[in-house]
Amino acid sequence: MGKKLKTKAAPEQRASTIITIVLLAALYIFLFALDNALPTTPTTVMLIPVLQKGAIYALVCVSMNLLNGFTGLFSLGQAGFMLIGAYAYAIFCIPAGQHAAVYQYFEGGVVQFSIPEMLSGVLGENAGAFLGAIICIIIAGIVAAIFAALIGIPVLRLKSDYLAIATLGFAEILRAFFQWDGLGKITNGSNLLRKYVNFHNIKIQIGGMIYQLDTIFPFFIATLSILIIVLLVNSSYGRAFKSIRDDEIAAEAMGINLFKHKMLSFVISSFFAGVGGALLAMFQTTVQAAPFRASMTYEILLMVVIGGIGSISGSCIASFLYIACSEWWLRFLDSGSFMGMTVPFFRDGFRKVVFSVVIMIIVLFFSRGIMGDKELSLAGMIRKFKKKKEVKAAKVAAGKEGDAK
Amino acid sequence: MSELISANLPYLLAGISVGGQYALIAIGYTMVYGILRLINFAHGDVFMVAGLIMVYATASLPIYVSVVLVLVFTVILGVLIEKVAYKPLRSAPRMSVMISAIGVSYLLQNCALYFTGGLPQIYPTIPFLSKVIKIGSASTKMVTVITPILTLALVFALVFLIKKTKIGMAMRAVSKDFETSELMGIKINNVISMTFVIGCFLAAVGSLLYFSNYPSVIPTSGAMPGLKAFVAAVFGGIGSVPGAVIGAFIIGICENIIKGMGLTVFSDAFTFVLLIIILLVKPTGIFGEKSTDKV
Amino acid sequence: MKKILALLLAGCMAFALCACGTAADPQPADDGDAAASGDTITIGVFEPQSGDNGAGGKQEILGMQYANSVCPTVEIDGKTYNVKLAIADNESSNDKAVSAAKTLISKNPSIILGSYGSGVSIAASETFAQAGIPAMGVTCTNPQVTEGNSHYFRICFLDPFQGTVLANFAKDELGATKVYCLGQLGNDYDQGLLNYFKQAAEAAGIECVVESFPENNSDFNSYLTNAKNQGCDVIFAPTSISYAQLIVEQAAAQGITMPLLAPDTWDSNVILGAAQGKNLEIYVSTFYAEGGDPDFEAGIKEWINADSTNLSNNGGNDMLAAVTVMGYDAYFTALEAIKAAGSADPAAVMAALPSVTYTGVSGSIAFDEIGDAVRDSAFIKTANVTDNVWDFVAVQGVE
Repeated sequence: MGKKLKTKAAPEQRASTIITIVLLAALYIFLFALDNALPTTPTTVMLIPVLQKGAIYALVCVSMNLLNGFTGLFSLGQAGFMLIGAYAYAIFCIPAGQHAAVYQYFEGGVVQFSIPEMLSGVLGENAGAFLGAIICIIIAGIVAAIFAALIGIPVLRLKSDYLAIATLGFAEILRAFFQWDGLGKITNGSNLLRKYVNFHNIKIQIGGMIYQLDTIFPFFIATLSILIIVLLVNSSYGRAFKSIRDDEIAAEAMGINLFKHKMLSFVISSFFAGVGGALLAMFQTTVQAAPFRASMTYEILLMVVIGGIGSISGSCIASFLYIACSEWWLRFLDSGSFMGMTVPFFRDGFRKVVFSVVIMIIVLFFSRGIMGDKELSLAGMIRKFKKKKEVKAAKVAAGKEGDAK
Repeated sequence: MSELISANLPYLLAGISVGGQYALIAIGYTMVYGILRLINFAHGDVFMVAGLIMVYATASLPIYVSVVLVLVFTVILGVLIEKVAYKPLRSAPRMSVMISAIGVSYLLQNCALYFTGGLPQIYPTIPFLSKVIKIGSASTKMVTVITPILTLALVFALVFLIKKTKIGMAMRAVSKDFETSELMGIKINNVISMTFVIGCFLAAVGSLLYFSNYPSVIPTSGAMPGLKAFVAAVFGGIGSVPGAVIGAFIIGICENIIKGMGLTVFSDAFTFVLLIIILLVKPTGIFGEKSTDKV
Repeated sequence: MKKILALLLAGCMAFALCACGTAADPQPADDGDAAASGDTITIGVFEPQSGDNGAGGKQEILGMQYANSVCPTVEIDGKTYNVKLAIADNESSNDKAVSAAKTLISKNPSIILGSYGSGVSIAASETFAQAGIPAMGVTCTNPQVTEGNSHYFRICFLDPFQGTVLANFAKDELGATKVYCLGQLGNDYDQGLLNYFKQAAEAAGIECVVESFPENNSDFNSYLTNAKNQGCDVIFAPTSISYAQLIVEQAAAQGITMPLLAPDTWDSNVILGAAQGKNLEIYVSTFYAEGGDPDFEAGIKEWINADSTNLSNNGGNDMLAAVTVMGYDAYFTALEAIKAAGSADPAAVMAALPSVTYTGVSGSIAFDEIGDAVRDSAFIKTANVTDNVWDFVAVQGVE
C-alpha cells in the first residue's frame, strides 16, 4: 500500500504522488485481472480470500490505530463495533423474499425490505447490488458510530487501563444482546443471518460484459476509508489527537477540548470499525454474534502492534502479513508432511504454535513493530536514493580527481 | 420458608464455590497489577495449563503426587513467563508489556490446542474433593464446601505474608513506588518473581478446585474464568487483595442469582454491567483507595 | 542480535512461501473438468477437529478414513482412479469456516463431505456454491443447510423430524409433562433443535421451559437447579459434547434423577465415560445402533485399534459412534455419485447427485427434491452406566 503522509511539496513529493497513483492503478488492474481474467489455480483460489480479508483487517487496524496510536485512547471495543456494523449491514441487505427462510424461528423478522433490492428495481440488478451494498456499508458505519457516541459519554471519562476494560466489557454486553431471543425479530437471535449481498454478488456491467468485482470491492472501500483517516490524521484535528496522546494536560492547557476530541476520535474509529465489520460480513457470507469475542480485538491489537503503533502504513502491511500467514502460508505445517517427507509433529494446530512463537519473537525483540511510528514514505525513499546517487557521484568525482593527480 | 431456602440453596452454594475459585485467580491479577501495573492476560491461561498438567500427570502418576506436581510446575511456568516475556520489556512502554501478555496467552492456548489435539480432556477425579455430600436438601460435591474455606484460609495467610514478613514489606514498598524502592536496595526482580510465584500457586490451587467441579479442560477453559476473575479484581479495587476476594465472591454469587432468575442469556453480560457501573461510580473499585493494602 | 533474528524470521517466511509454492504447484489448474489430476480424485472433508465439536468431527472423519482404506479406488469408464481425502479443520467456528472451505477448494475436490455441526455447514455453504462444488452433509441436521441450495445434499435426518421423534419419546415413554430445554447461546444447531422440539412437544401437550447458556460456560449447577425448581420431569439438552459432559457430571453431583434426553450429538463414548457408575438416565436419538452390521463393525474396530492416532481420535476406545458410521456411508455415497457422473468434474457430480441411491450400513440413502435424505426412523438408545455401553431402546418414527 503506497500510503504516505503529506509533507512540504518538494520535487520528491510530486514524484512520489505520481508513483503512488501508478502503483495503486497497477494494483487495481492486477485485482481486476484476478477477479476476471486470471485462470483459477490453487494459488489464486487462496490469494483472493487472503487479499479480501487482508484489506478488511487493514481497515480495521487503521481504525484501531487512530484511537490507540494517534489519540492515545486504549480501547478494546473494536470487535463490538464490528459486530454492530456486520449486523446492520446484513439486516438491511437480506432480500425480502429470503426473510421467511432466514428468520425462520421469528416469523420472518420485522425488517421487511432490502436496500439493494429496492435499488435493483430502479437501476437494474448489478448496479442496484453495488450501490445498495455501499449504502448499507455506510449505514453500518453510522449505526456503529451512534453506539460509540452513546457508549463514549460515560466511558471516555475513564483513563488508560480502565478505559480498556470498560470498552472490552461493552463489547461483551453487546454480544449478549445480539444473541438474545427478545431481539430475535431484528437480529435473528442466536442464528445466522445469511443470503445477503456478498462480495461475489458485486458485479459491474460495461457494455454487454459483466465483470466480477470480488476482490476490488473490499480494496476500494478500504483504500477510500484509509485515505479519509490519513487526511484526518494530517489535519488540525489529527494534530490535536496527537497532542492529547503525548500529554493530556499540556493539550488541555493549549486550549484543546479533551472530551470533544476524544469523542470525535472514538466515534470516527468506530465508524470505520463498523464499515470493516460490514465488509467482514460480506466476506464470511453469514453473520453471527459468537465470533466477535474479545479474542478478535486482541488479534487486531496484535496486528496494530506488529505494524507499529502510530503507523498507518505499518498497520496495513502487518494485517496483510498476518492474514496471509495465518490463513495460507503456514497451512503446510498442519498437513503432516513437508516436501514429501512425513514429519510426525506436523499435525493439526502446529501452524498456530509456530505462528504464536513468531508473534512472541516480534513482540519481544521488535517491540516497536515493523514501522515503529514512521510511515512508509516514497518521498523519503526517493530522497535517500538521490542522496546515495549524489554520494556515489561525489565519490566517483573524488576518485577522478585522485586519478588526475 | 424452609422450602424457599431449599429451593435457593443450590444457587448460593454454586455462587460461593465459583466465587472462591474466581478469588484465587483474581489474587494473581491484582498482585501483578499492583506491582507491575500490568494486566496479565496470560493468567487465565496459566490456570488452564495447570488443569492440563493435572490431566497428563495423573495418566502415569498417583493422584496426590500429581497434585504436588501441578503446584510446582504451574509456579515454574509463571516465573518462566515473567522472566522470558515480561522482564525484557521492563523499560518498554506499558502497552508493549500488555501485548506481550496477550501474545503469551495466545501461545499457551495454541500449545494446549496442539497437545490435546482439540479434544476436551477429562479431568481426573480427586476422591476427596469429588465426594458427593448433602447439605440440607441440596446435594453437591465436597469441593463446593471446601472452596470458600480454603480460599479464606489462603487469603489470610497471604495477608499475613504481606503485612508481617520482610518480603511482604518489600512488595508493599514496590507497589507504592517502583523506582524509590529500587533505590532503597530492594531487589525488585526477587519481589516480582515472588509475586508470580504466589499468583500462580493460587491459580494452581484454584484450578484443582475449579476442574474438580467442572471436569473438562479445553484450550479456552481459562478465558472466561480469567476474564471474570479480572473483572472481580477491578471491581474490588485492583491492587487490593481483600478487594479482589470480595469482588470475586460478589460476582460469583450474582452470576448464579441471575441464572436462577431466568436471565440466563445475560449471566456473562451482567458481570460486565456490574463492572462498568462500578468503574463509573468509583473508578478505583471498592477498596481501591486504601493504598496500604496495595500489593 | 536483532538483525540476526530479523534475518532468521525473514528466512523462515521465505522458506514457508517456497514450501507453499512447491506444495501447491504440482496440482494442475482447475480449468473446467480437471478435478481428477492424473489418476487421483480428491474428496474434500470439511470437519471440525478442534473447538466444541472437535471430538465429534474427528469421529466422523474416522468413518471416512476407514472407508477410504477399504475402497481407495474408483473406476470410471474402465479407468481406475485413486481416491484421496483432503481434510480441512473448520475449528467448529463459523468465522473460520470460510477460509477452511477455501483451503479445501484450492485442492480441487470433486465433492465435499461435512460438516459435523450445522452452523459451520451453513456458513461455508455459500463459498462452496460460488466455487460450483457440491457438498454432502453427513450429520448436520439443521434444515437451513440444504434449504434453498441446489449444491448441498445430506444423508441424515433433519431436526424437525428429530425434534418430533424426541418429543414423542418424551411423551410416550418417559411420560413427560414439563420439559426443561437447555441449549447453547449463539449455536445454530442447539437453538434450531430447541425450537423444533418445543413446537412438537407443545403440540403433544408438554409444557417447555427454554433457557440458553453462554459460550464457554462450565457452571451448569444453576441451570439444573432451575430445572428442579420449575418442577420439570425431563431435561432436554441438545448441546455439543464438551458441554454435555459437564452437564452429565453436574447432574450426577446434584443428584438429579429426572431423565436426560438428547439428540445425535450426545451419542458418543465421551458421554458414556462421564456417566459411568453414576445414577443417571440418559436417552439419545441417533442414526445407527451398534449391532446393525457385525461384519462392518468388526472391520472398523480392528482398523481403529491398529493405530494409536485413530484410537485417541475415537476417544481412547473402540466404541463405534453413529457419526463414524455416517462418515463411512457418506464416503461410499460420494463414490456412487462420482461413478454416476462418469467424471470427477464437480459440476457433473452435482448433476448426478440427486438421482444417486446407495444402501449403506445406516440404511438406504436417497435424496428428495431439496437434497435431503429420505429417512423416516431414528434409533433411541440409553446409556448403560454399569457396562459403559449404549443400550438399544427403540426405533422411533413420526406417525
